[in-house]
Amino acid sequence: MSARVEGYGRLIDRSKRVSFSFNGKRLRGYAGDTLASALLGAGQVMLGRSFKYHRPRGLVASGAEEPNALVGLGEGGRFEPDQRATTTELFDGLAAISQNHWPSLAFDVGEVNNYLARFLPAGFYYKTFMAPRGAWAKIFEPFVRQSAGLGRVPMEPDADAYEYLYAHYDVVVVGGGVAGLQAARAAAATGVSVLVMEDAAHWGGRAPVDGGEIDGMAPGDWVKAALDALEAADNVTLRLRMQGTGVYDHGYHLGYERVADHSPGDGRPRHRLWRIRAGRIVTATGALERPLAFSGNDVPGVMLASAMRDYLVNWGVAAGRRIVVVTNNDDAYRTALAMKAAGRVVAAVLDAREVVTSPLAQAARDAGIAVMEGRAIAEVRGRARVKSVLVTTQAGAGKAGEEIRCDAVAMSGGWSPVVHLWSHCGGKLTWDEAAAMFRPDPDRAPTGADGAPFVLTAGAASGALALDACLADAHAAGKAAGKGAGGKASRKAGPKAVCEAEAPIAPVWIMPEGAGPEKRMKMWLDFQNDVKVSDVQLAAREGYESVEHTKRYTTLGMATDQGKLSNINGLAVLSQALQQEIPATGTTTFRPPYTPISMGAIAGEARGELFQPLRRTPLHDWHDAHGADWEPVGHWRRPYTYLRAGESREQAVQREVVNTRENVGMLDASTLGKIVVKGPDAGRFLDMMYTNMMSTLPVGKCRYGLMCSENGFLIDDGVVARLDDDTWLCHTTTGGADRIHAHMEEWLQTEWWDWKVYTANLTEQYAQIGVVGPKARQVLEALGGMDVSKEALPFMHWAEGELGGLPVRVFRISFSGELSYEIAVPASRGQALWDALMEAGKPHGVMPYGTEALHVLRAEKGFIMIGDETDGTVIPQDLGLTWAISKKKDDYIGKRAQARPHMADPERWKLVGLETTDGSVIPDGAYIVAEGVNANGQRNMQGRVTSSYHSPTLKRGIAMGLVLHGPDRMGEEVTIPRIDGSEIKARIVETCFYDKEGAKQDV
Amino acid sequence: MLILDCPYCGIRADETELAPGGEAHLTRVGPEGSDAAFESYLFDRKNPKGVHFERWRHAAGCGKWFHAARNTVTLEVYGTYPAQVTEPPKALLAAISKKVPGWEGWQ
Repeated sequence: MSARVEGYGRLIDRSKRVSFSFNGKRLRGYAGDTLASALLGAGQVMLGRSFKYHRPRGLVASGAEEPNALVGLGEGGRFEPDQRATTTELFDGLAAISQNHWPSLAFDVGEVNNYLARFLPAGFYYKTFMAPRGAWAKIFEPFVRQSAGLGRVPMEPDADAYEYLYAHYDVVVVGGGVAGLQAARAAAATGVSVLVMEDAAHWGGRAPVDGGEIDGMAPGDWVKAALDALEAADNVTLRLRMQGTGVYDHGYHLGYERVADHSPGDGRPRHRLWRIRAGRIVTATGALERPLAFSGNDVPGVMLASAMRDYLVNWGVAAGRRIVVVTNNDDAYRTALAMKAAGRVVAAVLDAREVVTSPLAQAARDAGIAVMEGRAIAEVRGRARVKSVLVTTQAGAGKAGEEIRCDAVAMSGGWSPVVHLWSHCGGKLTWDEAAAMFRPDPDRAPTGADGAPFVLTAGAASGALALDACLADAHAAGKAAGKGAGGKASRKAGPKAVCEAEAPIAPVWIMPEGAGPEKRMKMWLDFQNDVKVSDVQLAAREGYESVEHTKRYTTLGMATDQGKLSNINGLAVLSQALQQEIPATGTTTFRPPYTPISMGAIAGEARGELFQPLRRTPLHDWHDAHGADWEPVGHWRRPYTYLRAGESREQAVQREVVNTRENVGMLDASTLGKIVVKGPDAGRFLDMMYTNMMSTLPVGKCRYGLMCSENGFLIDDGVVARLDDDTWLCHTTTGGADRIHAHMEEWLQTEWWDWKVYTANLTEQYAQIGVVGPKARQVLEALGGMDVSKEALPFMHWAEGELGGLPVRVFRISFSGELSYEIAVPASRGQALWDALMEAGKPHGVMPYGTEALHVLRAEKGFIMIGDETDGTVIPQDLGLTWAISKKKDDYIGKRAQARPHMADPERWKLVGLETTDGSVIPDGAYIVAEGVNANGQRNMQGRVTSSYHSPTLKRGIAMGLVLHGPDRMGEEVTIPRIDGSEIKARIVETCFYDKEGAKQDV
Repeated sequence: MLILDCPYCGIRADETELAPGGEAHLTRVGPEGSDAAFESYLFDRKNPKGVHFERWRHAAGCGKWFHAARNTVTLEVYGTYPAQVTEPPKALLAAISKKVPGWEGWQ
């Protein structure tokens, strides 16, 4: 039974009781507790069930590496699944629920998987569920869905706020243990700016738990002194509850600060994501203890020796009354000694090493603890809780000997430096045979922009586990980092530390070493994903030689803990199975984040209205007040249609189309790109940009132009107006303005940089209003000011003047086939012009129309739309636009590409009109099918529909599509299937459905 | 998240301010070029493991295109220079040769 121990708990305040709930049950802990220590202190050993077999699970670790104790935390808008109890600070009112069980933690139906384990080996999902074919949907999938998944998805919007913070430091130190603090002191002494971050809520790391002496002080006291010195320095910033999450190119570093997790709803942002540029990064991230792989090593009550020590010393919780320690190194003896001193029974230390004579082992013997050399655990007995262990020899096959009664097991398989941040940006590792660990290879460090290493490791993260070596290493790392970041050389000596000498570790990857298959099936490597020694060995037998492949096949290390405990053990087992050395197997790739970070922190402030900047035209508010049904177009919002009371969207669109054809409509065209191109070489430049000849365009006239990429594909279109001798105004599509401006600049700057041309994107400087329809001229004339007659301002001309007292530039261009004026005014006068036109248009029945009516109007005329008729694979020749391609020019962007054999292929699908025989509307994006089927049994295709609308003018469905040999097949009937399997017949016709002569726009 | 110095405005630009433009110093093939030459211009890229010359645009800054000489393995930046050249500056090439023994050169 786990329980509180009087006189222990350096991090808790026993005078402050904290109340919380677990699965609805009210429990109490102390200020300073983690959820894990509070649960353990309250006697709760079983905390959840495993992912695959639903086996009962308890705490294994005391920190971020914890694989089992994942809980659902909070309620409503603050609920979050899969939170580690070990890193969750306790606060009053905290509510946690356990995961992966139904109906309850104690009784779980899914545990049946445990008894089916034989049938669910590594990669079972690749091998089973194959037959009978129908069984997948009806039996297997529902079963797998029910049992898979970790935690529950939050159902309410996140109630909290999050933020980004940008920072620059010369040196960033990750980890606030003794190594981190010493590295920070040494770096700060060189005079550079230093940021120190510690993931936990307290400074000092493991040293105050593990003992020893630094500069004649207990480690805890030294930590206080070091902190005082750092706080007094004005070049040092200290941050608790902040994790070094990832290291990226050129000193970029992500820090994840959990600002208010322990005080939810206090008004502060919950998490803060620090985006840091650092000159040097020192990782003082310590080391993680490895579990041992013995049968039943996942039974609740079996935990890491260091974790058991942490719970006792830091939080005053003993994990059991009667414990067994099993180890292959000296460090676990510290746990035996600590538990013994706290009045617990240490039934035995089982040491896999044959002979152990080190000072720590001697101290254990002196304390009356039975040290059994060359021994191993044959099996852990117990289901929801450890009951006993069976002892065997490490060297044998696991013949069970003595049974030792106990309620907790402390295991230690040695230590692995936390090399994640070192590895994120390319730091390489080396296998240290003597210490049985991968540690950073300082000769192959991540390098920065200057070619010098920018990540250094300090203390246990370098592999320096002993306190004296750890501090010496950290001091050197801090000094080097400070100097590398531009600091002055410092001659200050590091602290002197004293600790017990330790005997070498004996690597143990399987316990006992000759264990048979029955035992190996119960030896867990990855606790969270239920991967066992037998799974990795099976993968090796099935031919998985690469550690990366084995990882994915077995899911070893793929759980939310990313294999912090399991990876080294797993690859060692794989190496043994492949009969090769561990370095030959290597590690999987370490990728950020170190532990999962919240989606909220990644999003930062970018949610809701702040998700993306919204571009508003000068008329935006008017549209909003007049029934605009908004549609996103690029970053803009444009009215799709203007809804009137009782109208459907379809009815509104039809009304707007009919009114524009019969009377007059108004369109906010302000979003159209407006790029001015000016200079002595502007004409020559535009001849390269457009397929058309723009240099010959007379001043005062407009010309429709096409722009292609160097690949030949059509990328944009629009009307170009020549403003004066050396100035052109290029209209682009709404979404294309920025892209096309960048496209022009790219060619100007990188290819024809000696041409004298300037470009300016004036899109937002003008409001532009289309006045469209047979009565458009009457509306403009009612405003008065300039001559807008056919004679003074013919079709495809433009003129400057005044309308209703406003300075305007009027273009006689039409995207509807009607008499049409597009009127540009300075943006600030846009609303005034719109209001004046609305007023003047009243007697003529003026109505605003939206983008959908615009689409219908242009489709009735057979005008193409970039993004509908084009998709990045379409060239102008496909669209019948050869008339807009100059034959006189030697060159333009895309010309050479359009001569490539595939582009000139007569089999390319070409644009035609499609008219349904029954008048119905073809589904958008539908395919036109041909006879027969292809090799996959799918129907052959001969074209696809690019635009499809109901035309109120023609009172029938009209469409355009790209069809094989289309223009040569006028009148032919083709078949278009619907999703439901029925078919529509359509006739191939010309693309223009309305006013084929173009008489109406030229009046 | 690279940092490159913009040779125009002098700013140490973060990668978020920059737009990548692929391999530098390509020679445009126009209508007179053969199919093979044009295809090579459009699609063939060196993609080296090591020293690389790239085009970048200071898109969220001064808007100018520039070139960067950079090591794709070590991430070392040897230098940035204006885009209005047809080959890298001689001094830069000499500096890279000194730093990278056995480097085959930019062509």
